[in-house]
This record gives sequence, C-alpha cells and structure tokens, in this order.
Amino acid sequence: MPAKGAPILDRQAPVGEPRAAAGGVLVDGVRRAFGDVVALDGMSLRVRRHEVVAVVGPSGCGKSTLLELVCGLQRPDSGRVEGEPAVLMPQRDLLLPWSSALDNAALPLRLRGVGRTEARERARPLFAQLGLEGFEGARPHELSGGMRQRVAFLRTLLSGKPLLALDEPFASLDALTRAQMQEWLAGALAREPRSVLLVTHDVEEAVVLADRVVVMSPRPGRAVGEIEVGLPRPRKRTDPAAVALRERALELLR
Amino acid sequence: MTRRLLGPGLLALVLLGAWEAYARLGGVDEFLLPAPTRIAEALWVDRGLLWDDFVVTAGEVLLGIGVALVAGIGAAVALHFSPLVRRTAYPLLVASQTIPIVIVAPLLVVWLGYDLAPKLAIIGLICFFPVTVTALDGLRGVDPELRKLMRTLDASRWQAFRRVEAPAALPSLLSGAKIAVAVAVIGAVLAEQAGSSRGLGHLILQAIPQFETARAYAAVVVLSAFAVSLFGALALAERRLVPWANRNQGDNA
Ligand SMILES: Nc1ncnc2c1ncn2[C@@H]1O[C@H](COP(=O)(O)OP(=O)(O)OP(=O)(O)O)[C@@H](O)[C@H]1O
Ligand SMILES: [Mg+2]
Repeated sequence: MPAKGAPILDRQAPVGEPRAAAGGVLVDGVRRAFGDVVALDGMSLRVRRHEVVAVVGPSGCGKSTLLELVCGLQRPDSGRVEGEPAVLMPQRDLLLPWSSALDNAALPLRLRGVGRTEARERARPLFAQLGLEGFEGARPHELSGGMRQRVAFLRTLLSGKPLLALDEPFASLDALTRAQMQEWLAGALAREPRSVLLVTHDVEEAVVLADRVVVMSPRPGRAVGEIEVGLPRPRKRTDPAAVALRERALELLR
Repeated sequence: MTRRLLGPGLLALVLLGAWEAYARLGGVDEFLLPAPTRIAEALWVDRGLLWDDFVVTAGEVLLGIGVALVAGIGAAVALHFSPLVRRTAYPLLVASQTIPIVIVAPLLVVWLGYDLAPKLAIIGLICFFPVTVTALDGLRGVDPELRKLMRTLDASRWQAFRRVEAPAALPSLLSGAKIAVAVAVIGAVLAEQAGSSRGLGHLILQAIPQFETARAYAAVVVLSAFAVSLFGALALAERRLVPWANRNQGDNA
C-alpha cells in the first residue's frame, strides 16, 4: 500500500542541458516517419512547468515515438522539440535481469556516480512506499509484472530529471494496484511537483491524474483535441464531473 | 540428474561391451586394437607416466585458453567499440580461419622452438576465433531498447558497456568458451605432435612404434576426460554466473 513519507525528488540531480527558461516542453509541428510509415505529422503539444499532461490515442498513432522525441532519443524529421531534460519510462519495463530490484531502481544514481551503499539507501525507502518491501533483493524474473513496472517507475523517478515521460506506466497492473499507484503518484506530485507527459490508453487514468488531456488522431498522429481537466484534487474517478470529462475524451477519440 | 545419466551410461556400456567382444573374440591383434579392459589396465599400470605428461598438456591447454580468452575478449571489445577496426580487421579475422592449423603447426614449431610458445600459439589460434565471435555477437546483440534506456538515463558509453553490454554478452561468451575448451585439447595434442618431447600428444606418438597401443588409447581416454571436465566446469560456472539466462531450462534440471 503506497504510504506517504520520504521525498521522491532528487534535488541534488545535476541538470545536463540548459533549461528552457519557462521549463516544461514544447513540441511544435513535428513530423516523424519510418520509411513509408508516417508515425507523426503536424504534432504539437505543450507541457508547462510542473504540469501533468496526459496523451491518449489509438494504438500505433505515434505516442511512444512522441515520448522518445521529447526525451531526445529520436530527432524529428521536421518541426521543433525543445524543453527541459526528460527521462523516459519505456513501455516495456526493461529491468536488468542480472541486478536485484533494489539495484535496478538505484541504477540512475549509480550512473551519476553515487556509491553503491548510498544509492541503495536512497532507493530503499521508496520500496516501502510502493508496497515493494521485502522484494529489494529479488531478481526481476521473480517479480510479478506489476511489481516490475513499479520498480521501473522508481528507476525513472530516481533519475532526477525535471520532466517525466511515462509510456503507459500502469498498464500491466491489476485494477486495484493501478488505482493505488495513481493515488500515490498524484500525492507525490502534489508534494513535489514535476512536469509529466503521460501516455495512457486509459482515459479514466488521464482524467484522474492530468491537468490536461491531449487526444491524438489515428496514424499519422497529431493532436485533435484537448481537454482542460481543472478538477480539484484529490480526484475521485466516480465524481460526475470526472465521468463527464471521460465521456468527452472518448467522444474525441471516435 | 542420475536418471538423465542412466540412458547414456547404459549405451556406453553396451558399446564398450561390443568393442570388448570384438577385440577378444574377433581375433584382432591387441597391438592393432586393444580391448577396453586392456586400456583400463594400461591406465592403471602407466598411471605415473600418464600423469606426468598429463600435467604438461593440461598446463598448455589452460594457459592456451587463458591466452585465447584475453585476446579474444580484447578483440571483441575493440571490434565492438570501433567501426574502423570492425571494417578493417573483421574480414581478416574471418579469412584467418581458412588457414589450416594442422599444416601451420610444424612451421610454428620451426619458428618458435620446442617450448611452450608454439603450443600457446597454436591453441590460442584455434580458440581465439570462437571466443571473439561469440563475445562480439553477445555485445552486438543487446536489446536496442536497453541501449535506449541507458541513453535516457544519461549513461556514458563506458557505463552502458559495463552495466548492460558486458553482462548481456556473458552467456554468449561462455558458450564460446565451451567450444574453445573442446578444441583446445585437440590443439594441444596437435602442437605436441608437431614437435615436442613431453605431453600426452608426444606420448601417443611414442607409444605406437613401441607397440604400446593400449597406452596410446589410455592417453586418449585421459585427454577426453580432461576436455569433458573442463566443459562441465564451464557449465557449472554458467549456472553461477548467468542464472538469468536459460532459467526456464534450469528450473527442471
Ligand atoms: N523504430 C521504428 N522503425 C520503424 N517503424 C517504427 C519505429 N518506431 C515506430 N514505428 C512505427 O511508427 C508507428 C507509431 O509507433 P508508436 O510505437 O509510436 O505507436 P504507439 O502510439 O506508441 O502505439 P501503442 O499504443 O501500440 O504503444 C507504428 O506504425 C510503428 O510501427
Ligand atoms: Mg507505444
């Protein structure tokens, strides 16, 4: 059960690239094609500093591609992508099979030169917060899919970058754990805000977590609609206002 | 474990029995083909002789594999890191494998003398290739998504190598090492027969004109047992070092 407590943000994190003055990220008129397959065309989107923007869209419309562009892992064929350093939480968990769960989560700290013991000590309290205590020493293959995803999520947080690009982070969780994780993330972001670009296929999740929901078209993907959520937090998925917004997003998707 | 060995064990016994029957009842001269029991006898009677030469050969094999591992891993890393090295050296490396070592071995002895050097050179030459190729395949075969992950976490080239590529290549490298130990023993015998005054290869060459055929066979048994135990040791090392690889098979082993 996610508990509240230790800070999740890593204030000591060095920031590699010069920050855009306003923070956040700007995607402007981006096109990205793979051979004949045009993944994105005319895609624009803005995440302001400390804003949570959810992206929903049909499968294959270029959502993962969008996140990789934002994280600088791909370059657009045309158009502009600029903003804060962003870290990608990939769709697959991609844990290192030879490392323990704790060492997987602490990997970004180790990569920044933090010693092994200290890195583990910093990652450990987060395990309890995400209901992973007792599994610190487990190898990834000994964890359930949902647990693996939570470890991957911790790894993303511990990178300390100001913008999180999350690719369906809670997709492989059961409904109950997913709701707990969403609650935990909402709480963590309320305590220590970060800019978040969240790709999800779950419109409800988008409405519960995001300040804004961007709806994408089928491939070639571009933004076809945008919904200001503007509901007070903490939100309830059963709240009639949330349900109405969800209906609107689903309408845009059709 | 014991159950798995039952089948092969029985088959081996049947084959040995057939050999024994053929050698004893078929009227074959024992200098031409000794019966398995004669070979076992030679193993015991000549144990001192066999042991002395075994120590020599085993030393050559282990050192030779060591040389091949160091050189092979070094080459694989260089090929992996440098496109230039890959473009220029890799084709030569592959072409070098067409050189028949059997023919080159005596020439190396002419050049390097009767000591350890030509043995290491020959074993190294034979084992270098499987080690290099499997290690390089392992390094290059890393999941591209994992590379991407390391990039998004700002890992340096070296960190990506140390934390992801090297461990990911380990199972593949160990497969290469298994191939290497099997051929290393052959290489050692070849090298000793090309020119040597010691070692099991030399012992075999000497035993034949002395009509000590059983002793020569006993030396072959020792060599095979050595190769098999090296292979087994590597299989064990594999289980300990890379428990994440093949773990589905490992579960019911
Ligand atoms: N590296 C690549 N090479 C070739 N084609 C690619 C590559 N990456 C993405 N594509 C193609 O681009 C399109 C968009 O892919 P992307 O993974 O961004 O979609 P997605 O919206 O994340 O899909 P999903 O919801 O199924 O995860 C797809 O048609 C995909 O086949
Ligand atoms: Mg995707």
